[in-house]
Amino acid sequence: MYRYDQFDQSIVDARVEDFRDQVARRLSGAMSEDQFKPLRLMNGLYLQLHAYMLRIAVPYGTLNSRQVRMLAHIARKYDRGYGHFTTRQNLQFNWIELKDAPDILAELATVEMHTIQTSGNCIRNTTSDQYAGAAADEITDPRPWAELLRQWSSFHPEFTYLPRKFKVAIIASDEDRAAMRLHDIGVQIVRNEAGALGFKVFVGGGIGRTPMIAPLIREFLPAEHFLSYLEACLRVYNRYGRRDNIYKARIKILVHEIGAEEYARQVEEEWAHVKTLGLDPPMSEFDRIAAYFTPPAWEEGLSDDIDLSDPEFKAWVDQNIVAHKQPGYAIATISLKPVGGIPGDASAEQMEVMASLAERYSFDELRVTHAQNITLPHVKKADLYAVWQALKEAGLATANLDLISDIIACPGLDYCSLANARSIPLAQKIAERFAPLDRQRDLGELKLKISGCINACGHHHAGHIGILGVDRKGTENYQLLLGGSGAEDASLGRITGPGFDEDGVVDAIERTLDKYRAVREPGERFLDTYRRVGFEPFKEAIYG
Amino acid sequence: MVEALRYRDDSEHEEPAVTLDAFLDQTNATAVRLESDEDARALIPYLDRLALIEIAFPTFRDGRGYSAASILREAGYRGELRAAGDVLIDQVAHMRRCGFDAFAPDKPLDPAAVERAFRRYPFSYQKAEDGRAPVWALRRG
Amino acid sequence: MKIATGNDLPTGDVVWWDGEGWTRHVEDAAEVGENGAALIAREEASRRVNAPYIIDAEMTERGPRPAHIKDRIRARGPTVRLDLNRVPIDPATGSWVI
Repeated sequence: MYRYDQFDQSIVDARVEDFRDQVARRLSGAMSEDQFKPLRLMNGLYLQLHAYMLRIAVPYGTLNSRQVRMLAHIARKYDRGYGHFTTRQNLQFNWIELKDAPDILAELATVEMHTIQTSGNCIRNTTSDQYAGAAADEITDPRPWAELLRQWSSFHPEFTYLPRKFKVAIIASDEDRAAMRLHDIGVQIVRNEAGALGFKVFVGGGIGRTPMIAPLIREFLPAEHFLSYLEACLRVYNRYGRRDNIYKARIKILVHEIGAEEYARQVEEEWAHVKTLGLDPPMSEFDRIAAYFTPPAWEEGLSDDIDLSDPEFKAWVDQNIVAHKQPGYAIATISLKPVGGIPGDASAEQMEVMASLAERYSFDELRVTHAQNITLPHVKKADLYAVWQALKEAGLATANLDLISDIIACPGLDYCSLANARSIPLAQKIAERFAPLDRQRDLGELKLKISGCINACGHHHAGHIGILGVDRKGTENYQLLLGGSGAEDASLGRITGPGFDEDGVVDAIERTLDKYRAVREPGERFLDTYRRVGFEPFKEAIYG
Repeated sequence: MVEALRYRDDSEHEEPAVTLDAFLDQTNATAVRLESDEDARALIPYLDRLALIEIAFPTFRDGRGYSAASILREAGYRGELRAAGDVLIDQVAHMRRCGFDAFAPDKPLDPAAVERAFRRYPFSYQKAEDGRAPVWALRRG
Repeated sequence: MKIATGNDLPTGDVVWWDGEGWTRHVEDAAEVGENGAALIAREEASRRVNAPYIIDAEMTERGPRPAHIKDRIRARGPTVRLDLNRVPIDPATGSWVI
């Protein structure tokens, strides 16, 4: 993975001192909260329900064991012994004190980590495929491009006070594991007919209040123009994105209002000028970055056989392992969704277990997934049993990847000051209702996603089954959505009808799935059946 | 209006800045003020006769002025480029990188603090209008 | 009744106006009457509290209970981590909050 050189390190170190100075000015009263808020947000520091919350960037979801151990250390020393992995592949601590924040940033900088631009109306941390560098279906590792993006977007002087936040995702396979088209900019690395590497560029996707799937803006962008083209995309947005209404300020509204074609035309016009300015680094800089992502020293000639005589282990292998590009290796995902647990939470002790396993069995690499799990990308098949045993001991061996209990849930009203309803207790109730693994596996791939407010951090529009918590006259109420997808077959879920209380929505999900079991054809996932038979039969099943 | 902080060697321009509309009507003016929703490119035909362009920041959160400044510098403007309005200490370094070389803040800024802000970050990742070499160029030695 | 709440500036802790200062215990929150806006403006300006606001509450035999669930969760802690609540292992916490 990427390692900082003296330039990267000195920039991150300067940021720590910059923020230390800003915090001191806030605490002394030299700066008002109104002035301080955007600055602390650009350092990932929110004021939430119970305390300050610190969001730490995990660039494109990649971590090493040293970094994960540092996160565990921070959890113990400055927080309450745990952290929360987010749908943007980041990590949040919930109980931070403002006065400690500069020291935490300084500790993070010692392991090449930061909180830069994890909030605020700027270009946020770039997300990517959690299987990058290991997936059998990728055409190249997307992470060198994501790192190039990280550097270009860090402290970009022109794009730090955009109309609204700005999120970019980059993938390199046809299967979309990063919800790429639900981002402000989604990039898919492709090869053209001549075999040259380049990008398909999608602009104007997003969830939130007005969910949209990003339209294609450019069919093929030659690789060497990556940053100048993005510069043009951002400049058009910075100049013409709406600033009169916070709810209409995302780029998706601009693209929607003027049309994808007109937006693309404006970008091309801007780019014709911008690409003459020498903003694109030479390909030698890309090659320098890419050298950090050369595949690890996989052993050759390993067997693909796994001893599956232990049935519990077999269930985990069946569910949580996917194909690796190298024979004899597997990609193993650690579920942070034990039945009854808090989706995405890990204790300091669990972080340390995962760090040790990565160090010993996965070439020192871990990935955070947008579904709030952790992936060990390069595990020898022969080592899987040892890995599983260690995970089991740490309460991390839940065999539910992509099943109904592998729920995405935002922190909701238990932690978040924007939330209208709690998400976590509902996720727990659903997981408990469908707890038996046989039942979950019979229901097959089922992406259930819960948001506690319309901002949609829990990606509810993109869930096969989505739930949106709302405030109805001071009580929590939950709307049910069906038919969304954040994958390559992206679609937005449709609200079924009147909302439910917490138990009511669990019952409604059960009726939905009873209907699915009654009408599905062999091999159909819930989403496939829904798309084949349509909305009405399910609505009928839910409301009778 | 407090006195502007200037980072230029030439002497201060005396003529008051006129609005963009007034300027376009009467192009013998040599100083113009651009509001945040006005198109900087409207000035490109006249850059050689302009000595001062003032760009308004009605609130520090309105970032359009950064693009306006970049566009004017990219088009070859070499006169004074002044950020006016809600200009705070934590934004001046970015403004400087986009080509501003004068600041007319609503509330006075400590010149020493401004100098510290300019020096805070030793390196930059991007090529911008301050002439500083981006990190990717420095890495090539 | 009207009570004032906010967060402690340096620590972020949830605090309540008790008539003289800011307390961590909602039970000690005091009625602010018509003076709420002036009070929180003054307290915020002197940095004794961050992001304060006035809420409705109901006086009960255990002290003020905020009218909205959000502030009851703020008063106690996350409903999913009772071990971290301000009132440790109180079996009544659930019914008080919900």
